[in-house]
Amino acid sequence: MSTFLGMPGGRTAGTRGPAADPGVGHLTGDRSFPAAAHDALANTQLRRNLAHATSTIRAKRASVVAEVPDWEALRDAGSAIKADTMARLPELLEQLEANVIARGGTVHWARDAAEANRIVTDLVRATGADEVVKVKSMATQEIGLNEALEAAGITAHETDLAELIVQLGHDKPSHILVPAIHRGRAEIREIFAREMPGVDPLLTDEPAVLAAAARTHLREVFLRAKVAVSGANFGVAETGTLTVVESEGNGRMCLTLPDTLITVMGIEKVVPTWRDLEVFLQLLPRSSTGERMNPYTSTWTGVVPGDGPQDFHLVLLDNGRTRALADELGRTALHCIRCSACLNVCPVYERTGGHAYGSVYPGPIGAILSPLLTGLTGGDDPNDSLPYASSLCGACYDVCPVKINIPDMLVQLRAEHTEAHADTHRLPSPEAAAMKAAAWVMADEGRFAKAGRAAAVARHGIRRGKPRIPLPPPLNGWTASRDAPAPAAESFRDWWTRTRGGSS
Amino acid sequence: MSARDDVLARIRGALGADPTAPPVPRAYRQHGEYAAGAPELVLQLVDRLEDYRATVVRIGADDDDSIGRAVADALAPREIGQAVTPPGTPREWTGWLADVVVDDGSLDAKALDRIPAVVTGSVVTIAETGTIVLDGGELCGRRAITLVPDTHVCVVRVSDVVQTVPEGLQRVDPVRPLTFISGPSATSDIELDRVEGVHGPRQLVVIVSG
Repeated sequence: MSTFLGMPGGRTAGTRGPAADPGVGHLTGDRSFPAAAHDALANTQLRRNLAHATSTIRAKRASVVAEVPDWEALRDAGSAIKADTMARLPELLEQLEANVIARGGTVHWARDAAEANRIVTDLVRATGADEVVKVKSMATQEIGLNEALEAAGITAHETDLAELIVQLGHDKPSHILVPAIHRGRAEIREIFAREMPGVDPLLTDEPAVLAAAARTHLREVFLRAKVAVSGANFGVAETGTLTVVESEGNGRMCLTLPDTLITVMGIEKVVPTWRDLEVFLQLLPRSSTGERMNPYTSTWTGVVPGDGPQDFHLVLLDNGRTRALADELGRTALHCIRCSACLNVCPVYERTGGHAYGSVYPGPIGAILSPLLTGLTGGDDPNDSLPYASSLCGACYDVCPVKINIPDMLVQLRAEHTEAHADTHRLPSPEAAAMKAAAWVMADEGRFAKAGRAAAVARHGIRRGKPRIPLPPPLNGWTASRDAPAPAAESFRDWWTRTRGGSS
Repeated sequence: MSARDDVLARIRGALGADPTAPPVPRAYRQHGEYAAGAPELVLQLVDRLEDYRATVVRIGADDDDSIGRAVADALAPREIGQAVTPPGTPREWTGWLADVVVDDGSLDAKALDRIPAVVTGSVVTIAETGTIVLDGGELCGRRAITLVPDTHVCVVRVSDVVQTVPEGLQRVDPVRPLTFISGPSATSDIELDRVEGVHGPRQLVVIVSG
């Protein structure tokens, strides 16, 4: 375990839990962000799809947020409820567990992805079923549950439309809310025509027609399914009530029709009281789909005789969350309610899309959450590059319904990465060496004045923003994508000494 | 050590010696400007529901026979003469339909899939968000019957219409199986453009009575 040396605003409160294993599930890609982004940027179809989708959702969100007179008060409450939840997490989880059990449910705990996958696989096997229907769930994406079930001979049917598009397209999700955001309607039509058995060959690319095709395709599966797997948006400690927020009704199908329901929930999804939902059920739909309310929200508490699944299991998942929890700033990343507003406003996400981030959590929240869960190596691990996948413009912080200070967290993670790099490398990074040199120059007035004059001479080496002679590595890395500004002929200090600020 | 004890120990270790958080500020609106059932709220509710592409039938009367006529009038143009209804709805609500199945809990999903409509009541409705809440009780029915049939006719009494989300949540029992419905089934998964009609009932008819 590495020791975090600290930055203003970032402090380790306690002992870090173990990092999530990047080898299980989908928290890490196989390439660094710059390498993956480079390819994504060359894909003009992708950029067109993303620009269209994110601009649509930004306008909708802005309009429905503007009509709420107490939006900022709701954000303050949402943020504070989550902070209170984290501070009281052990007692709240024990309370949730006790209430679920009291109402006829069973509660399981999983230290990591592998353990959670094993628990769910064993539960499905015990029912004798060889297939499950799934409600879209970030937690089960994170742990790679579908692959684990498949290895055990169990078919997992994704039932959310976007997840279905991803699954049928043998693709990866690229957005928290709309995993197929990178696909346009024509591409979706192609995937359905190719992969959906018995689909009407005259299928058009009208969204309503495509949605109807998905309905027909999944109807029979819903009606026969014996086991469902879901995530949870919220788990209410006070009552033992679980909540799923959705649009299509696929969630209701999974939560209502099968005999057995298995819900995988991150430990941070607990909220203290039923009343707290009055805050989140206002913040979440307006921030995510830009609707006043999502079409369907289901809540259930244990087992209800004669109504819905008669066998209910709740799996509480750590998988690196106790690592993030130990850091006072990192802890706030666990406040995330997975609305995806930060993705939709991010200029980096809009251009690169979600696949470039590697993790199932892309965009600004993913750039902090993924490395917090898996840890930073200080080396070339793909997640080490994520804190740099930002211009620090702050748009994500402005829209976050629970006010997660993502830019501050990115800066802290960059510092942590630099320190981890120093710990693991004998030679300092070129950046660290340059900063050290700059610090030496700037620490002394005489040295700084001399450096200014030296720069004036160097300007002859730059023409129209490009060095006359190609710079050696690593400096060519900087000038490859940026102009090199030519230093002024006279330094500010020399000008001031000569003119007294222009007064003479 | 069990996974439970291990995870709880990790959490306690991560939180450190004295984790505390400031009290939660609840400066947001706990109540709207209008009392439950106010005419302004009914107008707002109708606007929200129509925005979601639900069909709204506004009737001034709130007697069960008038509601029954409105139910039949709403289903007739859709050529639907059969509906399932929970045991607790007044028989008059479905009195004008040719074929009524009163749910006794015995119909499985496949049987429900052959019934074109469901007629239910509701427990509370939130005007600002256009959200109708079902609680799985005698008036709303078990969850499957309001999910599988393709048309849901839902009766909302004006006296049950509140303005804000907090007022709505206060009126329901959280340990009941609750379904919050805001319009017919919809998706924004294709280019983030909303289209109605996926897996839940594709037609939502709301009869606002009283």
